[in-house]
Amino acid sequence: MITLNHYLLLSAILFCIGLYGALSKRNAVAILICIELMLNAVNINLVAFTKFLTPEVLTGQIFAIFVIVVAACEVAVGLAIVIAIYRDRSSVVVENLDWLKW
Amino acid sequence: MSFPILSSILLAPVLGVLIILFIPEKEDKIIKIVAAIATGITVLLSLYAFVNYDQSVGGIQFVEQIPWIDELGVVYALGVDGISLPLVLLTAIVIFTGVFASWDMEKRAKEFFVFLLALVAGVFGVFLTTDLFFFYLFFEVAVIPMYILIGVWGSTNKEYAAMKLTLYLLVGSAFALIAVIGVYLYTGLNTFDIQTLTQYTYDVGFQKFAFFLLMIGFGFLVPMWPLHTWSPDGHVAAPTAVSMLHAGVLMKLGGYGLVRVGIFLFPEGAKFWAPLIAVLCIVNVVYGAMVAMAQKDLKFVIGYSSVSHMGYVLLGIAALNTLSINGAVAQMFAHGIMTALFFALVGNVYNKAHTRMIADFGGLAHQMPRVATGFVIAGLASLGLPGLVNFVAEFSIFVGAFRVYQVLAILAISGIVITAVYVLRVVQKVFFGPRNPRWDELQDAKGIELVPIVILCGVLIFLGFFPSFLMELINNGVDPFVQEYLSTLKIGGMF
Amino acid sequence: MIESIGLNYIWLVPLAPLVAFILITFLFKRFKMLSALTAIFSMVISFWLSLDIVKTILTDHSITMNSPLEKAVPWLNMNGLFIEMGALIDPLTAGMLFVVTFISLLVMVYSVGYMHGDPGFSRFFSYLALFVFSMLGLVIANNYFQMFVFWELVGLSSYLLIGFYFYKDSAAQANKKAFITNRVADFGFMIGIIILYLYFGTFNFAELAKGISSSSDLAFLTLAGILVFIGPIGKSGQFPLHVWLPDAMEGPTPVSALIHAATMVAAGVYLLARGFILFASSTTAMTVVAYLGGWTALFAATIAITQRDFKRILAFSTLSQLGYMVMAIGVGSLTAGMFHLTTHAFFKALMFLCAGSVIHALHKQDIFEMGGVFKEMKITGTCMVIGGLAIAGIPPFAGFWSKDEILLVAKENGYTLLYVLAAVTAFLTAFYMFRLIFLAFFGEKRSDYHAHESPWTMTVPLMILAVFSIFGGFIGAPFVEHGFASYVYFGEPHHPKPDIMLMGSSTLIALAGIFLAWLVYIKKAISAEKIANQFAPIYKFLYNKWYIDELYQWFFDKIVLGLSALLNWCDRYIVDGIAHSIAWMTRTIGAKGRYVHTGSLQTYGLVIFAAVVVIVLFLAGPVVGGVQ
Repeated sequence: MITLNHYLLLSAILFCIGLYGALSKRNAVAILICIELMLNAVNINLVAFTKFLTPEVLTGQIFAIFVIVVAACEVAVGLAIVIAIYRDRSSVVVENLDWLKW
Repeated sequence: MSFPILSSILLAPVLGVLIILFIPEKEDKIIKIVAAIATGITVLLSLYAFVNYDQSVGGIQFVEQIPWIDELGVVYALGVDGISLPLVLLTAIVIFTGVFASWDMEKRAKEFFVFLLALVAGVFGVFLTTDLFFFYLFFEVAVIPMYILIGVWGSTNKEYAAMKLTLYLLVGSAFALIAVIGVYLYTGLNTFDIQTLTQYTYDVGFQKFAFFLLMIGFGFLVPMWPLHTWSPDGHVAAPTAVSMLHAGVLMKLGGYGLVRVGIFLFPEGAKFWAPLIAVLCIVNVVYGAMVAMAQKDLKFVIGYSSVSHMGYVLLGIAALNTLSINGAVAQMFAHGIMTALFFALVGNVYNKAHTRMIADFGGLAHQMPRVATGFVIAGLASLGLPGLVNFVAEFSIFVGAFRVYQVLAILAISGIVITAVYVLRVVQKVFFGPRNPRWDELQDAKGIELVPIVILCGVLIFLGFFPSFLMELINNGVDPFVQEYLSTLKIGGMF
Repeated sequence: MIESIGLNYIWLVPLAPLVAFILITFLFKRFKMLSALTAIFSMVISFWLSLDIVKTILTDHSITMNSPLEKAVPWLNMNGLFIEMGALIDPLTAGMLFVVTFISLLVMVYSVGYMHGDPGFSRFFSYLALFVFSMLGLVIANNYFQMFVFWELVGLSSYLLIGFYFYKDSAAQANKKAFITNRVADFGFMIGIIILYLYFGTFNFAELAKGISSSSDLAFLTLAGILVFIGPIGKSGQFPLHVWLPDAMEGPTPVSALIHAATMVAAGVYLLARGFILFASSTTAMTVVAYLGGWTALFAATIAITQRDFKRILAFSTLSQLGYMVMAIGVGSLTAGMFHLTTHAFFKALMFLCAGSVIHALHKQDIFEMGGVFKEMKITGTCMVIGGLAIAGIPPFAGFWSKDEILLVAKENGYTLLYVLAAVTAFLTAFYMFRLIFLAFFGEKRSDYHAHESPWTMTVPLMILAVFSIFGGFIGAPFVEHGFASYVYFGEPHHPKPDIMLMGSSTLIALAGIFLAWLVYIKKAISAEKIANQFAPIYKFLYNKWYIDELYQWFFDKIVLGLSALLNWCDRYIVDGIAHSIAWMTRTIGAKGRYVHTGSLQTYGLVIFAAVVVIVLFLAGPVVGGVQ
């Protein structure tokens, strides 16, 4: 029997992998992918809670769709920035992208 | 509802700003004329208010009230009494003459007048409003344009001076802001109306705390020693009209705030801290005058003389009786006119000679007799010669202060001797002596340049001979408050 | 109520010259003669009104020192300060009004000739009119405040007139010095009237007199008296604030005659007379006044015998004579002081105008470069001799009677030391005055000059003043009934018994002084150079005016300017230094703190994550703990 806890565990693992990747990957595209992972971990959470706690209303699912839409926008913008940076610098290694530095 | 005089005074410069914004940059003559008209209107209206204020009724008159933020109890409330009315008139006169003093401003004239008028609207607001929230708001409105005006159009170390001035004033206003918010929360009346807040009885501990904050906050503005160094630097760096407004009016916001908010709201606190103010203000008077003597730049001399003269204002405030506070308010008026005259004249000389160093000049009375005459009159006003309004103000302060602080009052009176020394030294070194051919090209003030000199000298002399026009109005504003809140208490507690 | 135009229009007396001042300044500046005529016309009005007042007082005996006529209008009324402007008319005022308007009128007429061709002709007359306005306002004042106001205004006119030749460095220095010295004195005066006001609640002379006579607080009265006396120390050039008066000779000579000899410098004496009750109530204050006056008289005379400049000798002589007047007041005789003030005004104005006449003709001021001027300038020379005889105190000239009365009261009231001082001074006065006259007007020509007698506008005033210098003393001479002393007095009229011995001895003293001067400078029986060389240190000491100017200069240059430079340094480096160090701290914290910002997004992310973890733990900690 798959319980809520299994879903939550999956989601937590997924989130942690995403977080770890976002904080440690050097490639900007990889970081974007990792951010997607974290968002999807959240989606799993939302849907799972709705399924197990309030199956009669679909709040979680609707929220998940919102997140997917936002994630799509974010990836679009993010990739655009990454491409722009690549054109400028011929590199997407985040360690070199420290223009915000003091 | 009758004609909203006070709002008109406040809005005339704002309207001027709006009109100037739509005039092309290159039409600088028209811009100046618009500025002159806008400020001229304020002079006329404040004169009208000055004459029509009903002294037999007293209190706050020409009241206008519009609720602004109901939730916080903020009301757009204007009104004047015997204390603020002279200062409103002072502001109007100084800015009107200031516009004429900057008639030859060519660098970005449009922006200059926009900021100048915005600044003056803020100053008017402070003196006109009877709501503590607006008091603070207008105060900030007055400070910010100053930064730009000095930073862009200034001279001699202007960026430094502009930054210093703004930082000092903002630090000061931060102290005052704490006190304002504190009062609002403490009373819990959900109102910023100064009248209502004055009638509230605060507990002594809170009074001491709040008055201390206000003393420091407004002390930055006055400026009280040792918080004064922004002002000479600011005076020197600012362009002529801004110096006039700055020394003539902006410093008075501090004195006005101390009287209106400090003393009247927190009489007990004022009693407690008064001796400290009295001691510091003597430092102002004597030290300011001594430092002025050592200056080599004309504007620095006047800048430090302002520090010295504002010490008298503080002394009047610290003595906490009707006469001394009358004197303090009158001294604010008198010093405003006098120092504006000084700066107008120095600005005039600087524009033509491109130097302000005392050592460069000599015998200038040959080439510029009118400027020399004006300068002598301003100098005599500065050293408190009878027949000029400053004397009456200083004399009232001395008599009032002598009742309370004998020794300090004597020290303060010694200030008139030191002032005589440095003023007459400057007059002698700059204007008297043999003709200096180096300055033969200089033109005496003529035409439009004479407007500020004539008006300001006229005010000094007229009110010097007939001080009752000014002093009795001030007395009318000050006396009821003092009778009600200050007459029963004894100064001291600190030492 | 007495009907008199003068009394009814008393306010016109000071106002007429004020109107003249305004008219000249704003309208007539370009028209030289019109300016002069306006000023003179205004003086004629004032003089005529003053004459009318004097006449009324002489004929109608209802106005006396003890029952003056007072008129006043409120000027300023605040809670705690009530000030009036008004007129107090008694014989003292009337006498002073007469002196001031009379001398002013003559000096103005004289100036038309003296200032002829000066580019500042109109300006000169406008300043003179301003001065007369201030002086008359001072004279009629009915309260200390008004007195102070006009006291300062005469100081202003004096400042403007000393600096009339503003293009001369020496003039620009002198007027500054005059103003500042007087300021120092006014500092004391102002404190004096403030404490009087706070103690008695009024500035009014009459009300104060009532308060003072019923007060028994001797310490306070002494203090107030001495503080008020500081004012006259400055204005009337008493030691140690006398330094400005000799330098004030930089002004045009008519000014020296009018302001720095006859009228303004006498204002201090007038103030002492006006506020006499204050001083009279305290023996200590009186003693201070008397001895300071006596000392100044002698001190100034010792300097005068060594000076070389025509006008400076007269200036020191003025100081000395003012000392006499102050001493007279101090020993308790208002009458003697005012009497000497009046006669002195005549003969000293006369001598200054003579000096002006000589300087106008010769363009020289050093008496050692003159000599034999009498031959070319008979009128001026005669007038000068008359003035000299008057000041030396030879009967029946004006100075004799007044000086004699001072000596008399000093002796009568038991001030023997002062009597001796005054007698010595009288000897010195006769000597230096005739040294001046012999050197300048007689003997051989000592330098190249061409002299000529001055125009009638200058000589006519001289002659009028000469007449007054001869006969003016009779108004107070002891054999005259209802003379000066019957009108101007304090308390009750007091007629000191004439003392033939004293009169004789003082005449002898004066003659001895003149004789000595004759021996030295005409007969040359005694060589002045020899004596000067023999007593070189003393001579130098006196010639350099006891080095008091040098002392003040040193004090100002070293102490005042030094302190000022020190404070300026403090302001720059300590007061501003603290502000700058606060700014520096803020900047430094910012500069160091910015290294936290690595610019790497992932670092930021890590920090955010860590922060979230901490916050969650912090918030959730109690809950988790509760579960366990």
